[in-house]
Amino acid sequence: MLTEAFLAALLYGAVTAAVPLLLAGLGEQMSEKAGVLNIGIEGMMIAGAFAGFFVAYHSGSLWAGFGGGILAGMAVALVMALLCVGLGLNQIVIGIGLTLGFEGLTALMHHFLFSRTYPRLPAAEALAIPLLDRIPVLGGALFNHPPVVYLAVLAVPGMAFLYRRTQLGLNLQAAGDRPAALDVAGVDVTATRFAAVLTTGAFAGLGGAYLACVGAGIFVPFVTNGAGFMGIVLAMLARGRPVWVLAGAMLFGICLALTTAAQVAGVNLPTDVIQMLPFLAVMVMLVLFGRRASLPAALGIPYERGAR
Amino acid sequence: MTTTAPILALKGITKRFPGVLANDRIDLALRPGEVHVLLGENGAGKSTIVAMLSGLIQPDSGRIEIEGRPVTIRSPRHALSLGIGTVFQHSMLVPSLTVAENLLLGAPWWRRPARREMAARLGEIAAGLGMAVRPEMRAGDLSLGEQQQAEILRALVRGGRVLILDESTSMLTPDGIAELGALMRRMAGQGLAILFITHKLGEAVSFGDRISVLKLGRKVGEIPPERIRGEETVGEVLEMMFGARTAGAADTAPPAPPRPGRRLVVEGLSLPARDGAPALEGISFDVAPGEILGIAGIDGNGQRELAEALAGQRRAGGRVLVDGRDLSAQGVGGRRRAGLRYLTDDRLGEGTVGAFPVSLNLVLKEVGAPPFWRAGLERRAVIDAHARDRVRAFDVRTPGVATPVGRLSGGNIQKVILARELVPGARVVVFSKPTYGLDLANARATHQRIRDLAAQGIAVVLISTDLEELLALSHRIAVMSGGRIAGIVANDAEARARIGRLMVGVAA
Amino acid sequence: MNTDARADGAGATGQGAVAAAALGALRAGLMAAVPILLALLLAGLLLMAFGKDPLAYYGYVVRRGLLSPSGLEQTLTRMAPLLLIAAGLIVAFRAGIWNLGIDGQFMLGALAAAASGPALSGVIPGWAVLTVAAGLGALAAMAWSVLPALLRAFQGVNEIITTLMMSFLGLSLANALVKLVFRDPATTVPQTRTLPVDERLPRLFETTVSSGLVIGLVAVVAVHLMMTRTAFGLRLRIVGAGPRAAVHAGLDLPWLTVAVFALSAALAGLAGAVDVLGVYGNIRADWNPGFGLVVIPVVFLARLNGFAAIGFVFLFSMLSIGGESAARRLGVPTVFTLVLVAIVLIVLAVAEWLDQRARARRA
Repeated sequence: MLTEAFLAALLYGAVTAAVPLLLAGLGEQMSEKAGVLNIGIEGMMIAGAFAGFFVAYHSGSLWAGFGGGILAGMAVALVMALLCVGLGLNQIVIGIGLTLGFEGLTALMHHFLFSRTYPRLPAAEALAIPLLDRIPVLGGALFNHPPVVYLAVLAVPGMAFLYRRTQLGLNLQAAGDRPAALDVAGVDVTATRFAAVLTTGAFAGLGGAYLACVGAGIFVPFVTNGAGFMGIVLAMLARGRPVWVLAGAMLFGICLALTTAAQVAGVNLPTDVIQMLPFLAVMVMLVLFGRRASLPAALGIPYERGAR
Repeated sequence: MTTTAPILALKGITKRFPGVLANDRIDLALRPGEVHVLLGENGAGKSTIVAMLSGLIQPDSGRIEIEGRPVTIRSPRHALSLGIGTVFQHSMLVPSLTVAENLLLGAPWWRRPARREMAARLGEIAAGLGMAVRPEMRAGDLSLGEQQQAEILRALVRGGRVLILDESTSMLTPDGIAELGALMRRMAGQGLAILFITHKLGEAVSFGDRISVLKLGRKVGEIPPERIRGEETVGEVLEMMFGARTAGAADTAPPAPPRPGRRLVVEGLSLPARDGAPALEGISFDVAPGEILGIAGIDGNGQRELAEALAGQRRAGGRVLVDGRDLSAQGVGGRRRAGLRYLTDDRLGEGTVGAFPVSLNLVLKEVGAPPFWRAGLERRAVIDAHARDRVRAFDVRTPGVATPVGRLSGGNIQKVILARELVPGARVVVFSKPTYGLDLANARATHQRIRDLAAQGIAVVLISTDLEELLALSHRIAVMSGGRIAGIVANDAEARARIGRLMVGVAA
Repeated sequence: MNTDARADGAGATGQGAVAAAALGALRAGLMAAVPILLALLLAGLLLMAFGKDPLAYYGYVVRRGLLSPSGLEQTLTRMAPLLLIAAGLIVAFRAGIWNLGIDGQFMLGALAAAASGPALSGVIPGWAVLTVAAGLGALAAMAWSVLPALLRAFQGVNEIITTLMMSFLGLSLANALVKLVFRDPATTVPQTRTLPVDERLPRLFETTVSSGLVIGLVAVVAVHLMMTRTAFGLRLRIVGAGPRAAVHAGLDLPWLTVAVFALSAALAGLAGAVDVLGVYGNIRADWNPGFGLVVIPVVFLARLNGFAAIGFVFLFSMLSIGGESAARRLGVPTVFTLVLVAIVLIVLAVAEWLDQRARARRA
């Protein structure tokens, strides 16, 4: 069973499955760094998924679809930012409200727009990276994906650079750890957190658009299926380091790919069992190393000047 | 010293908060090369002035002038750009960033942080003032004194012309305080205008070129440089603050001598270090009936841990005995029933639950106990009657016993805690910074209450970072340093000097 | 989050108190009614955008979910699991613990009941079957909450992440067990064996309403009274106020934390068991009603008050039953209910903020 072709297919599937989780995790990480527990990310993803599909379908351009997904994700994020960062409302309550609302709204729109025709998008064209794609096994699995996949992976060093090598990175860290210090340094805490939440929305929207346009080629209600929540888990486990989000996303991706591979291989085991693997792995990790997972000190607490 | 033109002036500044007139027509002028001390009790309106000068809030009326031109300080950023740097009472460093990174906060967001350049500039400025900093250290790993130096440097690095130091000595050792005084001198020598805010008279007189005194939101006097002369000035300031020269006397009456015997015995109390909190090592002392044992030390040297270990909030090694009865195995409830009471300095959040009514807060440590609960069921009438009783006895100013405690003033929250802990049966009472953040009247009332407790034969452990308070109340004073008792001294004429030496780790 | 239900005026006396209480109730009523009407309006505009007549829709929902006898019976039956979940969430949220793993706990509770009920049927008396199956449901869910509880209590691991993980894990486990272990060999679709209709929870009077409704009502009221009137409830509320206050008051924080998780999960598990024992009789593979996430907004709308929760659960139940009929009849899918609840939640949160700001201005 462990032929080269199988391994290549498995790895290929893992990357495909990991990308939306990676995008969600990177996005959520940004919010959490800045002190906002963004439970609304699932809603941002599903909005991105619908808008991405809608735009891609009507324009015929995948890239326009991604743009639409990003904008839709940011629109939901804007509501979240206005309510939770601007007004200081409870982040968990609003986050769940937005998730439910946009899951419902997109399902509703799907019903009225697509439920008769169930249109599909053509499969996304892959971009093989010259030379690298010739590497045995790995080449085809890792270097022959639609361009957006490479972009998502490139975002990992990009975010690491942002956190480590820019003033914005310092601002984000301060906004999550001691917002008052950022405030007296003359940086607007609210604006910093707004920017973080909007960026989360962009990432989540792109992740959602990827799910619908590249992953499925079709929008179905609830297509994100908890990917946003997985992003929250990944971000919390990664403790502020983008590369750990990538590692975690790949772990989940491999398990998801195994599910498909097992079905193809005719293994007589319900997919549910394999789907449990990544969660089990994470729980084991939490039991072993979970001691005081270092979350930003001000996570989930609205900033109010002068209040301590 | 010649009088130069003020660089920064407040003219008729008034600021109201709901129910409080925090600043009432304040005039204040800061001049280059001058250390201007703003002296006042808690609640006198000092913090409000700091907040306005640093751009956190705006005055309701009056104006702020910089070099004679009226300005509106719109935001912290604006304050910094005007050359006003502030070192706040509470650390404003991000613990997870390095010193250099902290000082870089505020640069345009798209830039790369110029860590190396910042470190070089820091070194330069620090060397010029005789300070030592380590720019690559994480702020959270620095000592409190080092953190403060980093914050002063932050104000200077931005090219500040005005430096505001808000209660900057509260976390420092006596040596550290002297060092800060010398540093302020050097900075003033370089032409900086310094506003030094404190409630400690001694510091005001020894460091200030000019002293302004605030009382209940109003400026009650200003002593210009030519009139600052040691003891004479002290008397003058006291009169401004308290109305009469003798006002301070009542508060410094010596306590009655303790009775013989050992009411509280602590033997070899120890605790492992955890979450950055210092360990306790072999803490042993005893307190006689009617005795007040002061615990001095710089904040963060194990005082909180000691108090919590005594109260039973932390499981510690060693033994705690009250009147010969070993309470080491008891938790909070058992120790409380045995007469051991603990009043925390964290009054809202730990000592009380802000959203709960006064009535429930008064029985917060007796949840489930009769007569307030029967078979686990709350008896609201009994709880409310008890609450009305205690509220009357301790003169708690509250609209009613159902009012959430978080709506009361700090002094009244303290009274609620006193009313809860000093119910009959108290034998040993542990106070943690009992007057921290209280206004003068409430602080005095609390001091009197502590004396009264001792007079009743109760053993008092008084933990405080305010040396004056300890010297005024205690029979003996133990000094804590690094989780140990560095020494216990009798409260005599030599006490102050010996405590200072013990705090910094020199044998007395 | 306002976790303390005692009103400001409780200390006042006589007629003043009555008037104040009446005014307070009126204010609370307005505070709930106005945003709900506004949300209905907003959602109605949405329907219009899709070319549907909102008045016809709302009218149909009310007729089918409330006014028609069979609809009302369905609405009341649907309330049972929702009420139990609400009770479990109120315990957790009032104690400051974010149990977001309701769905997994619900499913495992349902599975335990579906696995044990038919197996015990005929072996022991009917009432004992129901009791044991429901008890096993609660226990299974409780067991599922032990790990997050211990991690939170002794290691300080954030429970949002652990309960979410355990929820995903529990859903998969329940499905796997349906397919692998408890599968009814007599059917082609994977599902558990079915508890015969006459052995399920008895129906109320002459209706089709399951007596699960009574269990749910009792649970919510009991939880409400426990939280507001008993020493144990007060201890949990102190825990909810923050660990520092709890330790200072001498409470056994780890043990109470574990107790909160256990109680909250047990109620969620019981919800699953009651749904199986009262309504479905079995579990089909991949069944997951996803009640957990929708009840969270409902208990927040009720401000963690048990009695208010009954009202909001009824409202939600009616909207979803009516919405299910409307889906078939008017072509508006059931998810519209989700949108409606989300709009109500957000509008109410904003209204509360406006109200607080207005009060602060006046002070």
